Amino acid sequence: MTTTSTRVIVTGQKSSRRSLLRKERPENLSRPGQRARVRKETLAGYGFLVPWLVGFFGLTIIPMAYSLYLSFTSYNIFSPPKWIGLDNYVRMFTSDPAFIQSAQITLIYVLVGTPITLIAALVVAMLLNYRDKGAGFFRSAFYAPSLIGGSVSVAIVWRAMFSADGPVDNSLSFFGIDLGGWVGNPDLVLPMMILLSVWMFGATMVIFLAGLKQIPKELYEAAEMDGAGPWHRFRAVTIPLLSPVIFFNLLLGLIGAFQVFASAYIISNGSGGPAGMTNFITLYLYKRGFSDGQMGYASAIAWVLLIVVAIIAFVLFRTQKSWVHYSGDNR
Amino acid sequence: MTTSSFAENALVLTENQVDPDPKTTPTRRRRVKRKTWQTVIWMVVLLAITAVVLYPLVWLLFSTFKPNAEFGQNMGLIPNNPTIENYVKVMEGIAGVPMGKFFLNSFIIAVGSVIGTVLSSALAAYAFARIQFKGLGILFAAMIGTLLLPFHVVIIPQYILFNNLGMVDTFWPLLLPKFLATEAFFVFLLVQFMRQMPRDMDEAARIDGAGHVRIFWAIILPLIKPALITCAIFSFIWAWNDFLGPLLYLTSPENYPLPIALRLYNDQSSSSDFGATVTASFIALLPVLLFFLVFQRFLVDGVATQGLKG
Repeated sequence: MTTTSTRVIVTGQKSSRRSLLRKERPENLSRPGQRARVRKETLAGYGFLVPWLVGFFGLTIIPMAYSLYLSFTSYNIFSPPKWIGLDNYVRMFTSDPAFIQSAQITLIYVLVGTPITLIAALVVAMLLNYRDKGAGFFRSAFYAPSLIGGSVSVAIVWRAMFSADGPVDNSLSFFGIDLGGWVGNPDLVLPMMILLSVWMFGATMVIFLAGLKQIPKELYEAAEMDGAGPWHRFRAVTIPLLSPVIFFNLLLGLIGAFQVFASAYIISNGSGGPAGMTNFITLYLYKRGFSDGQMGYASAIAWVLLIVVAIIAFVLFRTQKSWVHYSGDNR
Repeated sequence: MTTSSFAENALVLTENQVDPDPKTTPTRRRRVKRKTWQTVIWMVVLLAITAVVLYPLVWLLFSTFKPNAEFGQNMGLIPNNPTIENYVKVMEGIAGVPMGKFFLNSFIIAVGSVIGTVLSSALAAYAFARIQFKGLGILFAAMIGTLLLPFHVVIIPQYILFNNLGMVDTFWPLLLPKFLATEAFFVFLLVQFMRQMPRDMDEAARIDGAGHVRIFWAIILPLIKPALITCAIFSFIWAWNDFLGPLLYLTSPENYPLPIALRLYNDQSSSSDFGATVTASFIALLPVLLFFLVFQRFLVDGVATQGLKG
């Protein structure tokens, strides 16, 4: 008995455990018993999943489907939705310059801000990887902004930082660069928003640093023996071995950047200005849906956002094979 | 060791690698000196970055002591005439609601979110990590999918739903989703943790006749306590900082949490009372900063191991 049950545990044949315990013919695993066991496991699985399932269907899947339906209608929450076919989508791309501008600045923000953030994070992570002593302090200090950067408080501070005669303006004037306030300037407000996202490089940096620590030192030594210089070692060792982490950070960074909302809302007092240059797609969607009561149109915007995010994720996953190296056992 | 290989080593050192041959004495001395210099430069560079990165926060702290009239003329760090009048003013609140009430609202929403998130995410994670059932694969993939889903796609239908349930201007639209494990990040994080736990213990418990509920409660939960704490801290901070949710659902000022109250300050006082705005911002940030100072290791290590974003 004892030996049999040990073997069962080792081989992990769950199905027979209960029968062994009850001293029922261990050699004859009765099929109906096993089926009952499978049913019991399935029941337990779904039992534990009840809250998640309710949330998944009730707050995600069904709402998504409903939002798709609404995107083909004209709907303000007070009267029932009216089917108008593709009109919302046609209007978006043909007769709504505010949407086009919103899409453009959002794409610029995402496609410029995310790579800069990633590069800053990687550079600082490599700096921190140089030495262990003292690095912990800097790691924590740099991480702090990413914890609070999306908050209203920081948006208010950021606006003050970049106002006319604010700290940034004053420091630049010191070097003879007179840009004035960034907040009211349509040319500078988007760079200012990008700088806010770069300021939050800490979380990305911490993940990079953890990845760097896992790269075996011998690889660098071997590369060096072969006469590889610092840049070559970076290209041939660091980048490939870090590529899964780069992929992860890039994917989450891009998707997260699309969803910037609070800072743009606060910095522009909810207007998306100056000249629509902080009118990111989420803010535009909010204004259309909740200020103008055009919930059908806002749903269409939401679906365009979803499709763009899905395309970016898809492209990233497809190109993954050519540049992301998942090393299995040799790590 | 030849000169050329020394040159090579020097190059390596600038690229901060391990000294490959520390035994050769003459080169070593020079290298140690070099190393010291590099450490000094390293320190200086990182301190400079720290100064730039933390300046906005330090500025915020110092600005809370500036009299309102001073903003505009003095946007620098040090107040000319330090005062605590901003704090006195802010405590009175805005729109007829005292600051303490906003604080309390934020606290209720954040604590409710922590309880809901930790409970529901742990249950879901246990099913995904520890139970073999039909449909596991596809449901797990769906959960990962929601991880990448932009939240904005569902805000309109969710608003309609909660509006029909008569829940607008209550905390329920903010709390209910948390009790239904809609923040997939936490489910994912706990799944990762639970998968690492050795299986022998629950196998043994199974043989003793324990069911999934007992194993979950008595074995798994105590084992993943660090991960639960990480989840709790993050869900607290995220709920505390959340702006869009309360902006959509809370309409009367006595229900406002801090971020929305800040918006009142921000709208009303961009010209008139910047001192109060800045001070209210600081007060809103204070609990998060304290959390960070106390739990920074937990937070940063949690991010490092699980790839959780701030």
